Amino acid sequence: MMRNTTAIFQKQIKDTLKNKEILIQFIMFPVMAVIMEKSIKIEDMPAHFFADMFSAMYVGMAPLVSIAAVIAEEKEKNTLRVLMMSGVKPWEYLLAMGCYIWLFCLAGALVLGIAGGHEGREMIIFLLIMAAGILASLLIGAAIGTASRSQMMATSITVPVMLVFSFLPMLAEFNDTISNVARIAYSRQIGLLIGKAGDFCVSFENIFVICANMLAALLLFGCAYKKSGLA
Amino acid sequence: MEYAVEMRNIVQKFGEKEVLKGIDLKIHEGEIFGLLGPSGAGKTTLIKILTGQLKQTAGEVQFLGKNAGNGKKGLPDMGMMMDNFGLYERLTCYDNLKLFTRIYGVPGKKADEALRRVGLYGDRKQPVMKLSKGMRSRLLLARAVMNEPRILFLDEPSSGLDPVTAAEIHKLVCEERSRGATIFLTTHNMEEAHKLCSHVALLHEGMIVEYGQPEQVCRRYNHQNKLLIRLYGGEQVELSNNRTSADKVKGYLEQEMVETIHSTEPSLETVFMELTGRGFE
Repeated sequence: MMRNTTAIFQKQIKDTLKNKEILIQFIMFPVMAVIMEKSIKIEDMPAHFFADMFSAMYVGMAPLVSIAAVIAEEKEKNTLRVLMMSGVKPWEYLLAMGCYIWLFCLAGALVLGIAGGHEGREMIIFLLIMAAGILASLLIGAAIGTASRSQMMATSITVPVMLVFSFLPMLAEFNDTISNVARIAYSRQIGLLIGKAGDFCVSFENIFVICANMLAALLLFGCAYKKSGLA
Repeated sequence: MEYAVEMRNIVQKFGEKEVLKGIDLKIHEGEIFGLLGPSGAGKTTLIKILTGQLKQTAGEVQFLGKNAGNGKKGLPDMGMMMDNFGLYERLTCYDNLKLFTRIYGVPGKKADEALRRVGLYGDRKQPVMKLSKGMRSRLLLARAVMNEPRILFLDEPSSGLDPVTAAEIHKLVCEERSRGATIFLTTHNMEEAHKLCSHVALLHEGMIVEYGQPEQVCRRYNHQNKLLIRLYGGEQVELSNNRTSADKVKGYLEQEMVETIHSTEPSLETVFMELTGRGFE
């Protein structure tokens, strides 16, 4: 039953090593976090400031951009159509893509967690928070990829969406108004949760906003799928 | 005799425009069938309907005696080679096929076998982005035949290829027919149709305007019904193809003057130009 999903998953792993645009999405923020945590020390700066900030940005950017780009590329080049014509079901394809990007992003999150000084239970909590955020971004990215006919179209939609979700957590740190507005974005809530991963104190607001964002993304994906289909 | 593909009154409309106007066709099992027609005649639309990429407005399609679902994708006994069907550019030839061996549920060694058949085994580690157009076509064909489908759809299989690559593709198509596969091909190339197909149909403005064996079709349009005799010395003689010319022909033959002798039945291209009022572009 999982034969097609596994085959596509493995194909995608091989492709990642040759696809610089996607590869850079997975490694850019983790590498930047490690470098900046090691090289920049400013007095009164909160501990692991860069790692926490980049973690929230990573959640809002990498999964969203990657899945939208991969789906849009497959649609544009008609490889997705070939898969569908060969008996691959849409859910098998989406599951393979979702798992692949989710796992690669979690690997990046692990590096961010190490850079952020998380260990043991705290690291597990950090990864769970990241996993939830990555899932929400995947749903938004899948909706964009499905709605797009080409990579260019996907990029033109992805860039503003990604900028909003990835930069809101950072901007919210410096401005109260933005902070209030940003509360409705899952990436801000993920950022807030990451900041207190050591205590793991989850509020109703955190869960509600993340779930509401996921639901909205799911609805968006449903509409895009109904309108454009995968192939 | 069982038909591999049976189409009954296929109609396809895009808005107000009727692209296919009631197509009725029967394709015998194990034959190479050629659908010919100028650009815009509706060939690709018909192939898309047959392969489940497009849902017809009306009509019925049967494969091997069974009703095909309207617009249903992924028929297991079907192989397809279409120019717009993509390959994974960054992956190697082998990896492109390997993926589909797993999807088709056939042994992995079929990928290497298919690469050998199309002459790409030496390039199995080459990324697709480095292949020429001819090599891509061969790889597409390898992917289409890898699971030994019973029906093979080929959309313009040799379009834009050099004669050597085209001949290699023709050879593979014939091998597939020998295996027992039914082949449905669309082409602009009349020579290709004449050489490969057991039956051809001409699609013009959404209708089948001629159908039959290539030679039959040509003979049907032999309006001139003449003999062309070229004599040693360069003189060309045109005679009516009936008993009134018998003595003259006999005379030329007895005097050993005949260099070549031909009947004047038209080529497929001439027939189709006569029927459509235009050539193949």
